Amino acid sequence: MSVGILSLIVLALAVVGFFVGRSRALKSVQGDSRRLHSLPGYYGQTVFLFTAVPAFALMALWLIVQPMVIDGRIVGQLGPQIAEDATASKLAMEDVARIASGLDALQARTGMTNDELRDLSADGSDIRGRLAEVGIALGSEVDPLIFEMAKSFRIMQANGAMIMSVLVLVLAVAGFVLALRRIHGEFRARNVSETFVRWLLIASAGVAILTTVGIVMSLLSETIRFFGIYPISEFFFNLTWNPQFRGGSDLGLIPLLWGTLYISFVAMVVAVPIGIFAAIYTAEYAPPKVRSVVKPVIELIAGIPTVVFGLFALVTVGPFLRDYIAMPLGLGNSGSSVMTAGLVIGVLNIPFISSLTDDIINAVPQSMRDGSYGLGATKSETIRKVVLPAALPGIVGAILLAASRAIGETMIVTMGAGAAAKLGLNPFEAMTTITVKIVSQLTGDLAFDSPETLVAFALGMTLFVITLCLNIFALWIVRKYREQYE
Amino acid sequence: MTDISPTSAEAPKRPQAHGSLLTATPLMKRRNAAETRFHAYGIAAIVVALLTLAIMLFTIIRDGHSAFYQATMTFPVTIDAAVVDKTGTRDVAEMTKVTTIGYARILGESLVKHLADEGLVVEGMTDKEITDMISKDAPARLRDRVLADTSLVGQTVTVDVFTGGRVDGYFKGRVTREIAERDSNVTVTQLDMADLMEEAGILSSQFNWSFITAPDASDLRPEAAGLGVALLGTLYMMLLTFIFTLPIGVAASIYLEEFAPKNRLTDLIEVNISNLAAVPSIVYGILGLAIFINFAGLPSSAPLVGALVLTLMTLPTIIIATRAAIRAVPPSIRDAALGVGASKMQTVVHHVLPLAAPGILTGTILGLASAAGETGPLLLIGMVAFVTNYPASPLDGGFLDPASALPVQVYSWASRSDPAFIERSSGAIIVLLIFLFFMNALAIVLRRRFERRW
Repeated sequence: MSVGILSLIVLALAVVGFFVGRSRALKSVQGDSRRLHSLPGYYGQTVFLFTAVPAFALMALWLIVQPMVIDGRIVGQLGPQIAEDATASKLAMEDVARIASGLDALQARTGMTNDELRDLSADGSDIRGRLAEVGIALGSEVDPLIFEMAKSFRIMQANGAMIMSVLVLVLAVAGFVLALRRIHGEFRARNVSETFVRWLLIASAGVAILTTVGIVMSLLSETIRFFGIYPISEFFFNLTWNPQFRGGSDLGLIPLLWGTLYISFVAMVVAVPIGIFAAIYTAEYAPPKVRSVVKPVIELIAGIPTVVFGLFALVTVGPFLRDYIAMPLGLGNSGSSVMTAGLVIGVLNIPFISSLTDDIINAVPQSMRDGSYGLGATKSETIRKVVLPAALPGIVGAILLAASRAIGETMIVTMGAGAAAKLGLNPFEAMTTITVKIVSQLTGDLAFDSPETLVAFALGMTLFVITLCLNIFALWIVRKYREQYE
Repeated sequence: MTDISPTSAEAPKRPQAHGSLLTATPLMKRRNAAETRFHAYGIAAIVVALLTLAIMLFTIIRDGHSAFYQATMTFPVTIDAAVVDKTGTRDVAEMTKVTTIGYARILGESLVKHLADEGLVVEGMTDKEITDMISKDAPARLRDRVLADTSLVGQTVTVDVFTGGRVDGYFKGRVTREIAERDSNVTVTQLDMADLMEEAGILSSQFNWSFITAPDASDLRPEAAGLGVALLGTLYMMLLTFIFTLPIGVAASIYLEEFAPKNRLTDLIEVNISNLAAVPSIVYGILGLAIFINFAGLPSSAPLVGALVLTLMTLPTIIIATRAAIRAVPPSIRDAALGVGASKMQTVVHHVLPLAAPGILTGTILGLASAAGETGPLLLIGMVAFVTNYPASPLDGGFLDPASALPVQVYSWASRSDPAFIERSSGAIIVLLIFLFFMNALAIVLRRRFERRW
């Protein structure tokens, strides 16, 4: 039974439960709803919740756990040699899964019965050819052991799905019956269902904590594994980044960190003055009509996906900088460069800085400006000497938040900064960043026991820690100094 | 009159510092100049920002609009029964054994014959060169058409087929004769023939629906590459993300705004949410790879995994927006409901939520719009894979089928070497921006329509 149909059945049962519970409550008081403790709907709601929620929770849990259990058992049967080698067992599992899905397709296409499939063996019939017919291409002839595993994989999957369906339905019916049996006129249905809902709300709020825990756990566990096979001091202090497929890689963080910080610096040099002046103009100078047009249009920039900026960097900005600045000055001939990525990230960050700064400038009390005007200051003097100093902590916070975004930016640097890890000062040279390397180490074929793949988690951890510190610091500054004027 | 003369006589004697406000002192001039400069800086900043935006949109539309048009040849094709149906039984199972090579020959021969009939000749052009003008994708499309309707066998039908990517690029100004001389994929004679064919009305530029509906195509066939799989993938992901984020986001916000006691746990959750909103999106990709794919064993490239990652990523933003919407409902409404005996939960569900609903929806849609353009995390969960099969419908487990996504398609096309794919990539951005425009417009309409001022 597919998950979709099972969900529909559980849902239908829960809806039926609502009406049955409601009418049962009314019947228990001979239709006189005044004698009920709660409104009749709450009795129905109790049955609905007790039917649906545990069943769906079980289903979700089962769907997560089942593949892990099945994989573990299959790998266990493949023999200790494969089971102990993480890469080999992963590859074997991929083969098993591919053949199993091929068998599914074969069955759907030819209408074979399960018994016929069971009798199929890898050496007898031309499995590879028959699977190719249904669109599953296999690299080599099928290993009989793998093929047997694929067959038992299918059986286990089918059994698992059936057991899940039965258990989910049993749980739904049990919840249905139990909730229904508790219903009588004095039953405090509203309190029960409200408490139930309240726990659901708490669980939803807990998702935020779970996400953080998930991020930290997934980064930390793989990072620790990485440092188990690659020395930690090499990672932090090696000055070269040179991953090799055959081992013996140099995986030094410093060139990547340098590229990241250099590009972010260029971005901030662009974004900070433009963003702040744009905010000053919209907040202090612009007539209301201009402001109501300009502000949303600038914020439009923030709504454009970063991959669009990436393409802009790749197709327009990069070649422009190369042809008109870098080549004539003899600074390099690379379209992707620190300057390209930095300029474009800078533009991306303008609306971020300007809208935060605008809010902060608007929060400076008008009385301070009036005082300054009263002493004879011009508008720009007021802004420079009164408004900006008052708004400074907030602006610093905004700049730090923008810097953290620039450091974590991925698509623009992937498309505009280049892939060569270098320690250099020439801004027209291609350099690379932490995020670029995370993407390049984690796309394509992955081997979760090689340092070349695992280093991406250590890089992710570094990125996470840097941005987290910047964010906490920025939020602290904003919060600490905001109170002065309230 | 007498009053004036003493003052006018006295005025020059006054020291400069106490001069009239109407006569500018050097200091005042400097200050005014500074004022003007400062004002100009502000305007310049705005102009730079808007100009960059305008240049970016302009270049993308300039590069991308031509993706929607494609040089198409229209000519009659005789579907030779001897080639496509050797048994003569019109049995589809037998006919599937004929590969696209057979259909390519039919198309090529028909085009050569048609050109000869029309009297279009270019000196020194071989039949192979003529055949090569047809897109490598055309035989597959003809094959699908014949297999779907076997009565076409033996008949002469008029087909619209794309030209190869280079000939198409010639009409779009991307390929010139000088380039063609150096390019092994196209010859100058082919371009001459294309000109003749255009004059004869065989070749024309037509609106390219297959750019929106067709799946991706390989490096050698940019003319056939389309957004179909990517659009479906994005649609599936948005649907799932909406289904996941709305209930969880609303529930979490209600709890934090209305029920949460002031304690350590609540503080922890709040700090968590504001920090999660600022975590770089690529970190969510690592999370998705490690937990959903590696640990839970979900298939990579699946819209379900993409949606889970995007859900975790956008939840903090949506919770922040939803809480603002709930907070905007004035306390007097709650007090009134509580005053007539409603429970806390009834107050929230019957009064606060309906009043906050437009704000919540607006925030959710805006959150989804930003998720729709997200690329980095999707790369890590394998959505950059080359997928040419449409995912199945959601009821058949389509959420677990490999699919692509619009922004990822932009990236993967941009990283291919053939410049024809830059056009495709920009075209995909136009589609993506239209998609986002409608989501944002929906949010704005909702806000305008239902916004309340208390």
